Amino acid sequence: MKKVYSRPRSLKETHFHYCPGCGHAIVNRLLAEVVDEMDLRDTAICVAPAGCGMLVYNYFDIDTLESAHGRGAAVATGIKRVRPENLVFSYQGDGDLAAIGTAESFHAANRGELITVIFVNNGVYGMTGGQMAPTTVIDQVTTTTPGGRASDQAGHPVRMCEVLAVLDGTSYLERVAVNKPAAIVAAKKAIIKAFQHQLNRTGFSMVEVLSPCPTNWKMGPIEACKWIDDVMTKHFPLGVVKEVKC
Amino acid sequence: MKRLMSGNAAAGEAAVLAGCTCYFGYPITPQNELTEYMAKRIPEIGGVFIQSESEIAAINMVLGASVAGARAMTSSSGPGISLKQEGISYLAADELPAVILNMVRGGPGMGNISPAQSDYLQATRGGGHGDYRTIVLAPSSVQEIADLMPLAFDLAEKYRNPVVVLGDGMLGQMMEPVSFDHITRGETYPKDYILTGAKGRASRMVRSLLFDVKEEEEHNWKLSRKYQRIEQNEVRYETYLIEDAKMVVVAYGTSARIAKGAIARLRQENLKVGMIRPVTLWPFPAKIIQEAAKQIPDFFVFEMSAGQLIEDVRLALEGKGHVHFYGRPGGIIPTPVELYRIISRHYYQAERSRKS
Ligand SMILES: Cc1ncc(C[n+]2csc(CCOP(=O)(O)OP(=O)(O)O)c2C)c(N)n1
Ligand code: SF4
Ligand SMILES: [Mg+2]
Repeated sequence: MKKVYSRPRSLKETHFHYCPGCGHAIVNRLLAEVVDEMDLRDTAICVAPAGCGMLVYNYFDIDTLESAHGRGAAVATGIKRVRPENLVFSYQGDGDLAAIGTAESFHAANRGELITVIFVNNGVYGMTGGQMAPTTVIDQVTTTTPGGRASDQAGHPVRMCEVLAVLDGTSYLERVAVNKPAAIVAAKKAIIKAFQHQLNRTGFSMVEVLSPCPTNWKMGPIEACKWIDDVMTKHFPLGVVKEVKC
Repeated sequence: MKRLMSGNAAAGEAAVLAGCTCYFGYPITPQNELTEYMAKRIPEIGGVFIQSESEIAAINMVLGASVAGARAMTSSSGPGISLKQEGISYLAADELPAVILNMVRGGPGMGNISPAQSDYLQATRGGGHGDYRTIVLAPSSVQEIADLMPLAFDLAEKYRNPVVVLGDGMLGQMMEPVSFDHITRGETYPKDYILTGAKGRASRMVRSLLFDVKEEEEHNWKLSRKYQRIEQNEVRYETYLIEDAKMVVVAYGTSARIAKGAIARLRQENLKVGMIRPVTLWPFPAKIIQEAAKQIPDFFVFEMSAGQLIEDVRLALEGKGHVHFYGRPGGIIPTPVELYRIISRHYYQAERSRKS
């Protein structure tokens, strides 16, 4: 009998702590699959964020450092510059990457650091209880935008792929989602591409993943997946935002 | 062979000779000569130099380089050091070695770019959040900056803890003859904690998040035991003419240099004044001060701040002895003559009150 589905080698034998229907679990699994399939476990170094993704080191069976909130790209820079032969990727949420860590992300991208950022955009601060994130869409209700995000008061959702695309240091930027099987397959392909850009030393690469947070969106998992299609992708169009020849 | 160099450049050269291969920094006066020196010097050894987008980024790059196994450093002054405190707390929590050089300037806030010693408490009390300490080395000449750099890297690796080299704008920018002949890479320490990729071994994680309060408490006690070992083993100081002294000046760094000038004058007039100069500000040389207090009734704290070192001297004395104080905050550099006048006044007053 042919085995078609099993635990990736790079994923520890333990249960995820994520809420039911959370996109983080899918992204974790995809990353572990890609690390296995590209045979990168021996050289991969992950930088974990502050955010719901912070406990990835309990799941990934690869070398992992937990960084301070938002500093992932700077820490990953330090690691990669010392160990250019390793695959170095940071795993960051939207608050981590696009609010407190904007400067570190922007400048790592601008220097063309040969790192990959896996950017989990769930439109809220998941870990701290569902406050507004830089990526919260207009009119979205969060605990700190109880009347819905109003742009005159709280600004506009930040499109990080598009922001970084103008920088000459970036080589591969794609926005994907993990709300349905076809999208998940595309997300995995994007991660592979991004890692290839790093291995080929083309430039800074990032995959932005639209990811459901049913708990803080106050939705069921299925409704949350649908909301990504109906609302989120209107603000954050899916697809390759930038790709230079690899 | 001696070379005429600024303290900033000497710090850079000595760091490289001590095995530092990574430097990350953001411009701020009065330490720019170090960043600029490293921009030239580090590429010569095939190391990593980055002018970062901020001091926050710089200290986090240091953390990344350190966890990857390299000897890494950053430098800054007051406002930039404040920004680095987040990263220093993480380095301490993660038990990662790093060297941070602070050429202190007048503060608080933007302050000015003149030499000061107003970051003493920030440096010796950890400086960032949480229950931790950094080892703090205080050179008082360009030569001593060079001499202390290998020690800074060794102590950082030996104890897996950030080490702060606390200078000031004067030490950083003045030029003195300095020899590097004896400066080499020191010890090699086991690096069984660094991240290299999990080839042929179990994967490693380096973290400071410990949700389980029992685990966090245990981690804090572990750090605390380490700090006790450092306090036992790593105290360094210089004594100067204390054998017959009736009054001892306690001063470090540039102040200690000024104090030596003042003491030379005081001795010419036969005033029995000596000095204890802490070289490690943390761990603080409390014992020698306690010892001295058995014979010597008066301690004169002199610092270029409104009074920070004085707290440690008082703690060391535990109520014994009389503590005198002279401070000049804000970037003022007092002269030896000025200090000589103040000390002699205090000396005669103390003598009178002992007699009465
Ligand atoms: C300096 C600092 N400020 C605030 C926090 C608290 N904090 C932890 S995670 C987080 C936000 C996480 O949101 P996001 O990055 O979007 O990740 P998510 O949990 O949504 O995946 C915040 C504010 C912190 N850890 N450090
Ligand atoms: S709070 Fe949201 S992001 Fe965090 S684990 Fe739960 S569903 Fe996932
Ligand atoms: Mg989020």
